[in-house]
Amino acid sequence: MSVDLSVDIAGLHLRNPFIAASGCFGYGVEYADLVDLSTLGGVAVKGLFLDAREGHPPTRIVETPSGMLNAIGLQGIGVRRFVAEKLPLLRAHGAVVIVNICGSTIDEYAEVARILDDADGVGALEVNISCPNIKKGGMMFGCSLQGTRDVVAAVRRVTRRPVIPKLTPNVTDVASFAAAARDAGADAVSLVNTFLAMAIDVETRRPKLSNVVGGLSGPAIRPIAVRMVHECRQAVDLPIIGMGGIMTTGDALEFIIAGATAVQVGTANFVDPFIWNKLVTGLTDYLQRHGLATVSDLVGTLDITDRDTVWTSS
Amino acid sequence: MPLDVDAVVVSNTHLSNDYNVLVLAAPAVASQVQPGQFVMVKPGVGDDPLLRRPFSVFEVLRDDARVTGLSLLNKRVGVTTRMLFALTPGDRIRCLGPLGRPFSVTEPPERAWMVAGGVGLAPFATLAAALRERNVKTTLFYGGRSATDLFHLDEFRQRGVSLTLATDDGSRGVQGNVTVPLARAFCDADRATPIRVYACGPTAMMRAVTELAATHGRAIEVSLEQVMGCGLGGCYSCVIPVQRDSGPARLVRSCLDGPVFDGGTVVWEQLG
Repeated sequence: MSVDLSVDIAGLHLRNPFIAASGCFGYGVEYADLVDLSTLGGVAVKGLFLDAREGHPPTRIVETPSGMLNAIGLQGIGVRRFVAEKLPLLRAHGAVVIVNICGSTIDEYAEVARILDDADGVGALEVNISCPNIKKGGMMFGCSLQGTRDVVAAVRRVTRRPVIPKLTPNVTDVASFAAAARDAGADAVSLVNTFLAMAIDVETRRPKLSNVVGGLSGPAIRPIAVRMVHECRQAVDLPIIGMGGIMTTGDALEFIIAGATAVQVGTANFVDPFIWNKLVTGLTDYLQRHGLATVSDLVGTLDITDRDTVWTSS
Repeated sequence: MPLDVDAVVVSNTHLSNDYNVLVLAAPAVASQVQPGQFVMVKPGVGDDPLLRRPFSVFEVLRDDARVTGLSLLNKRVGVTTRMLFALTPGDRIRCLGPLGRPFSVTEPPERAWMVAGGVGLAPFATLAAALRERNVKTTLFYGGRSATDLFHLDEFRQRGVSLTLATDDGSRGVQGNVTVPLARAFCDADRATPIRVYACGPTAMMRAVTELAATHGRAIEVSLEQVMGCGLGGCYSCVIPVQRDSGPARLVRSCLDGPVFDGGTVVWEQLG
């Protein structure tokens, strides 16, 4: 039986639901010699501000049990150089490009979005209101319902591209933030960004990261991320891109069944840059085995009908 | 083109209680290796430890002319290196590479001085082989804690490398840091003879060697170690502060722009 892996999300057509997660895949072009970028569902490029940024000094990552902390600090080349130097290469490789946009102010988000709206080859804008590692911007907006609405509305006003706010898990009720994003004009949401965390060298009594705190990713966070996707799906009628510690097809399926139309893979790409083919093969096998013709037939099909009580935080 | 292979462990030779040499059957990776390049390895298949670790390729192994595999020089320090120390023949580990910018292999009349501290010996076996092919006169300055921490001396001698040794406890060679005999050699060297210095070891050692080389007007390349996430330029974890012009220092990825850098461009005081 032939199966169709393609999905449509926020008006964007993806060949399959597997997207390289922002911050874990450079600008995509770094991987073009290793991986056929056109075989990925999409490439979410590293977060971009208006201008270039140096990021934090090393040490920037530390491994933790089944996970890692990072505090890169959004080092980047700025949106104009991205449009001039990277975007044409990504287009030439046939990648579906999702540009992760950042800002220290709401005006900066809008300006970055406006510049990208004029550029060819931008599939969608993922609005980074969830980076836990920077002083101004990022999670500062994403931890406030009003901040979320303000940023999303400002970006919405200046772009025709799909607007996909990336939500932080560092809030009590993530579904209320998905609702705020929808109300402000978002086409979809992606979740989760990393969990604010820290690790200490007990011999020196110093933090292991130069930034003291960083974001936790990897399989350690996956069950929490699945729960959050589930909560958003239950509460808000808005397409979801799910992520958090996906290492295998089975992990991705959890997110899809919980309600994600597509998923992002980040940390796993560090361990296995050739993971994409394996995910596609695994998903094809699963759909065939379950007699499903399309991925959409699986999205949000979590069966909780015979449970007496469903416990969620909301 | 880097490849990811499921490499069989051919042998694991324990050199001491801390050091071992792991031979991997990875000919497709090994045949592409240039001196100074590295591989990303992951023993075990689970999620803990999660990430791969970068290792300089120690030797490219041949059976006659045919490349059969590569070896890694490992020092037991953390979780992954303890696993690598404990592997037995027949085990498999993931091995991705070769990666990174190699050493520039000098040509005569330039002479080569390789300066190694501890496990920093790793990139110099392949470099010595490449230098020998070009008939470059090569010296290895090699420091360790004691005589039992100095390895593969005969192998280097067989490749025509002159050895100058140093140990912290004086049990072999000069007592003290490897920079002690190196400083002397710089002073004794003929000004008219061009020398290229290659260094790998603890950061403080490489900084001291770079300063010596600068003082004596010699070219220097260093192989820097930095915590690495992916080895492919995706994560921006492994950055090194580098100054190549009059502007401010830039943080560049050591997996793509390194691990080999012109020592004079590294902003050592900003390197954690």
